[in-house]
Amino acid sequence: MSKIHDYPSRIGKNNSLKLGTFSYLNPMNSKRLQKQIDYMVSKNWDAALEHVEPERSNENYWYLWKLPLFGERNVGVILDEVEACKTANPGHHIRLIGYDKLKQTQGTSMVVYRGD
Amino acid sequence: MLVNQYSAGVKDYRETYWDPNYKPKGTDLLACFKIVAQDGVSREEAAAAVAAESSTGTWTTVWTDLLTDLDYYKGRAYSLEDVSGDEKAFYAFVAYPLDLFEEGSVVNVLTSLVGNVFGFKAIRSLRLEDVRFPLHYVLTCGGPPNGIRVERDVMNKYGRPMLGCTIKPKLGLSAKNYGRAVYECLRGGLDFTKDDENVNSQPFMRWQHRFNFVADAVHLAAKETGERKGHYLNVTAPTVEEMYKRAEHAKSLDMPIIMHDFLTAGFTANTSLANWCRDNGMLLHIHRAMHAVIDRNPYHGIHFRVLTKCLRLSGGDHLHSGTVVGKLEGDREATLGWISLMRDNYVKEDRNRGIFFDQDWGHMPGLFPVASGGIHVWHMPALVSIFGDDSVFQFGGGTLGHPWGNAAGAAANRVACEACVEARNIGRRLETESHEILTEASQHSPELKAAMETWKEIKFEFDVVDKLN
Repeated sequence: MSKIHDYPSRIGKNNSLKLGTFSYLNPMNSKRLQKQIDYMVSKNWDAALEHVEPERSNENYWYLWKLPLFGERNVGVILDEVEACKTANPGHHIRLIGYDKLKQTQGTSMVVYRGD
Repeated sequence: MLVNQYSAGVKDYRETYWDPNYKPKGTDLLACFKIVAQDGVSREEAAAAVAAESSTGTWTTVWTDLLTDLDYYKGRAYSLEDVSGDEKAFYAFVAYPLDLFEEGSVVNVLTSLVGNVFGFKAIRSLRLEDVRFPLHYVLTCGGPPNGIRVERDVMNKYGRPMLGCTIKPKLGLSAKNYGRAVYECLRGGLDFTKDDENVNSQPFMRWQHRFNFVADAVHLAAKETGERKGHYLNVTAPTVEEMYKRAEHAKSLDMPIIMHDFLTAGFTANTSLANWCRDNGMLLHIHRAMHAVIDRNPYHGIHFRVLTKCLRLSGGDHLHSGTVVGKLEGDREATLGWISLMRDNYVKEDRNRGIFFDQDWGHMPGLFPVASGGIHVWHMPALVSIFGDDSVFQFGGGTLGHPWGNAAGAAANRVACEACVEARNIGRRLETESHEILTEASQHSPELKAAMETWKEIKFEFDVVDKLN
């Protein structure tokens, strides 16, 4: 029988705090992230960025960065906005949302930068 | 005038209830029955008998028939079809005028459609295959108290299927030990845990104690992971008064979701509970104990797609759908058919998926199909491929049976799920590349690696009993 491992999650430890879809995977590099944005664009979802102080991450409303990038199909432009949001809000979590207006919900949502 | 004279006696049903020239109206409720008639009874007579006995007819003429316009109120068998590969059975289509049914009452519809007619002697066997509820009727029903869109916002989960686990052993744990199992699953990365359907309020664990310990576990896991968590607290109870009491207590503990068994408890209780959930912003998970008694025999009972439609009308935010790949019965195409009936706004007739009628749901919200029963990490690629994002995968043994315990089992499932979603989004074919996708993900997750080693050889490959004709 293989050795039993402890599950190391602890209350109050930053790396035990998860942030939704893809937060259990190895953190995404820009190449993997770019492919996920390709997917959002291919679904005709509108990209939007939100950011927040890490201690408020479970709240419904994060700060909206500017306005959603309605109709933006250029993945490079979306990635540039992630960088601009990061520079302007050091230490904040940043979340990328794909708004699916037909289903009137978020088609996807993923934290693309952790501020903690 | 001859037509207005009363003449006592017995007439063939087909004289009144078989009408091949009838064109169904948009407001009619339509039903498709699979019938095997007794020897010597023609298809037309058998179909007409079903239409009569499930609407205005009885075995003999009565004088009070003449006090109303039965042509207006009667159901009509209007079409017959062969069942492919079956010489004895045939499909009969029956149209019922809308006035026959009380508004917003699945109970009343079922009492008519699957009432006495199922014991009728001239019929050897009878199965209700599908029902078209006209939009006019749909809109008199409450439907899912919240629906998929609202649940995603409440739980703050987007872009992936949600994950759950039924706590085992299903009977015999004390409330505190039960809460421990819940806590471990949720801190490991599952979104939900679930009371087993058998768990109501037995002597070893009364419901108050279970609710209190489970609430503690849910809140603690949410604090630890920073994610929203829920446990389907089963409020199925011997009386509706008791059901409400349990629902209120779940609400007082700030729990987001409760659960109900819609068939054993009955549609009246279920519809009332769905209304309570709508009023109180509570999500409602629906279990389907007893469904196989009703829907598994291909020649008798009610097809699950009809039970699905009835539940969507009565109200629920989740409904068990079968897994296709796990330990429980479920043909793939047929399952895709009833998943579509749970989630979509408009479902077109599609005989390849067992759908006999177009079904318009109007603005009624959709609900999450729940895949549960004998599934583990190796099934994840197929599940994501079959069910897509708007679904809940329920891993019981596939979480709790992990060699390192529930938290590790939960993490393995979560990693596998997210890896499959990432792979699907970039265009990889989940079912043919499943081995590679999971193996790659396991490089960064010792929990997933251990799960993959544990369940490598387990499959459930038996013939489906109820195949599509």
